[in-house]
Amino acid sequence: MAKDLVNTLADLKEKEALGIVQERLSAGEDPLRILDDARRGVEIVGKRFSDEEYFIPDLVYSGEILKQITDMVKPKLTKAAEVKRLGKVIVGTVAGDIHDIGKDIVVFMLDVNGFEVFDLGIDVPVQKFVDKIKETGSGVVGLSGFLTLAFQSMKDTVGAIEKAGLRNEVKIMIGGGQIDDQVRSFTGADAYGKDAMDAVKLAKGWIGG
Amino acid sequence: MEKKWQEMTADEKQEAQFQKLLSPKLPDGKDLPFQSPEAEANYKAAITRIKDAIQLKKTPDRVPVTILPSMFPFTHAGMTVQEAMYDYDRCALAFKKFILEFKPDMHIGAAAPGPGKFFEILDYKLYSWPGHGVAPEHSYQCNEGEYMKAEEYDLLLMDPSFFFRNFYLPRVFGALQGFQMLPPLTGILEMYGVAFNFIPYALPPVQATYKALFEAGAEALKWAMVMGGSNGELASLGFPNILGGFTKAPFDTIGDTLRGTKGIIMDMYRQPDKLLQALEAITPIMIGMGLGAAQQTGNPLIFIPLHKGADSFLSDAQFKKFYWPTLKQVMLGLIEGGCIPFPALEGHWGSRLKVIQDIPKGKTVWMVDQTDMVKAKETLGKNACLIGNVSSSMLNLGTPDDVKAYCKKLIDTAGKGGGFIMGNGAFFDEAKPENVKAMSDFTKEYGVYK
Ligand code: B12
Repeated sequence: MAKDLVNTLADLKEKEALGIVQERLSAGEDPLRILDDARRGVEIVGKRFSDEEYFIPDLVYSGEILKQITDMVKPKLTKAAEVKRLGKVIVGTVAGDIHDIGKDIVVFMLDVNGFEVFDLGIDVPVQKFVDKIKETGSGVVGLSGFLTLAFQSMKDTVGAIEKAGLRNEVKIMIGGGQIDDQVRSFTGADAYGKDAMDAVKLAKGWIGG
Repeated sequence: MEKKWQEMTADEKQEAQFQKLLSPKLPDGKDLPFQSPEAEANYKAAITRIKDAIQLKKTPDRVPVTILPSMFPFTHAGMTVQEAMYDYDRCALAFKKFILEFKPDMHIGAAAPGPGKFFEILDYKLYSWPGHGVAPEHSYQCNEGEYMKAEEYDLLLMDPSFFFRNFYLPRVFGALQGFQMLPPLTGILEMYGVAFNFIPYALPPVQATYKALFEAGAEALKWAMVMGGSNGELASLGFPNILGGFTKAPFDTIGDTLRGTKGIIMDMYRQPDKLLQALEAITPIMIGMGLGAAQQTGNPLIFIPLHKGADSFLSDAQFKKFYWPTLKQVMLGLIEGGCIPFPALEGHWGSRLKVIQDIPKGKTVWMVDQTDMVKAKETLGKNACLIGNVSSSMLNLGTPDDVKAYCKKLIDTAGKGGGFIMGNGAFFDEAKPENVKAMSDFTKEYGVYK
């Protein structure tokens, strides 16, 4: 079937997928339904990634296709898409570290798997995590870091959350380049994830299930 | 009569390189005086040990030890990274203290911090460094970006040097904007018209660029003198630096700092043929980069940090199509030129071992980060020497007993029969000194081959 946006996107056929979106928009279809199909396509991408059938390039590429679809559809949207979200997750690269590739993939995977994600960016001061938890009431915090310096920053961040009296309100997961379980126990985080799928599994286990 | 370099086989060239290392020279060509007979003996034993480990012909007397830090020697000496980048003498002094304390058989020199002032003169944009976007105590970090645009492959392919000078360099060095105004050098042909080519050199932005280059060159030389002096002094104390220089896998050259991670991913889908052409085109350049550096330093090991070929970065098919062929060519070219490729498997590479083991035996040495060492030994280790893989987290957060237990496991498995050098798996900034010490001391004791 040529018009199947879900599978065309899942198979990463960029031109075809954009063509289908254009056609469906011209035919006056409800933009929300198009977006919903696109999201389902990317969900399949995420599933294939966790099955090790897809790899980082496939994720990044699907994200790029999705972004183009969203850009095409947005002007036609009359009301904001109402997506049922599983829960709220705060993600950021910890203080001192300015790496974002890994974190961005984690944010993307959480998002397409139905979480409302607050991306605090890179080199995030501990207080910003604390403030965001207070502001959003998120139940999960994901800390990303690449360098060995991130070990201490992660520990400091967990400490600050504790000091603010919020430690029991949130589950904290960490990940990135040199992070492993030994680092997890040093920082006092609840779990460590080796890739973006782990981030999704952890979050689902805590607040999505 | 001695054979000429060009007539030697790759084997003979490698042997000649090791012989050269065994009789180190001062910059003026005279023999390097050792500070004691003991230092001389240690130096030569270390080189021989490493040679045996790399060549896989003979089991060394014991497992050699190396320590490959990034900023640890300086943080350990109580300096900030910023101080190490700006005070070259203190940087060299801290490095000497580090070597004398941990006594590795091989080191890679004090060059990791680099000359801070040099980066300032050139207004470097590619990285943030202490005082320039990063805190004084933290290491410099790369600013990910598309420093080459998707539509610029043809420019790169037509004349890589022109592309670098006129497009890439002005984007990553604020002070080199004047380069954009320069015509290609290949237009300078005959009497008639030749002068036109030189007019841009009269323009103020071009002159400012050259002024910055002269200043940067002077600063780089000042720094290099200190680094060279440090290497000489450490050699005279019995501690060789056998790192000759560095090059990259062509896929990483384009994926790290030209197109960036996202850029090269898009290119694999949207313009794979252009990407493949570019990878081919820069392969000889990457070989030349390694050979040139080895000639300059006189050392044979050419470091190749491997980035975007790691397990999750590419599918198996993508790895075989985009990453491996040109990386292999680079290594073969280096070996042909008498160098020893020293790739680092950064991150996890377990799924690639069967592919990358296809290299000439006894000609390479691989730093292993998080890949399972037993599996690496069974595959890649049949043809190549492995270095590693004590983890950053263990060095940082473990105890000396943890480190010893892990090193014992490594020596018993990866160390079996030779072909193994003890070391850390990832470049590290922080660690407990007693853990680093445990790695070195324990290996010297337990790693003796009987
Ligand atoms: C690519 C790379 C570079 C590139 C980066 C730019 C670019 N355009 O790519 C370049 C060449 C510039 C570079 C430079 C340097 N690098 Co570098 N680099 C890497 C490399 C190979 C990959 C990093 C990467 O892109 N990862 C991509 C993402 C997808 O992976 P990730 O961040 O780990 O994220 C995944 C998971 O970890 C997880 N995850 C991430 N965050 C989170 C959060 C949560 C909550 C969870 C659950 C999961 C999770 O999910 C993600 C997706 O699955 C790593 C080694 C490695 N393989 O990890 C070294 C590495 C990070 N670099 C290192 C070093 C030493 C350097 C340099 C200092 C070298 C030098 N002397 O110049 C410089 C400067 C530091 C810097 N990176 O800025 C060291 C750092 C060691 C340390 N000190 O801690 C590493 C670990 C290599 C090593 N083995 O020694 N580097």
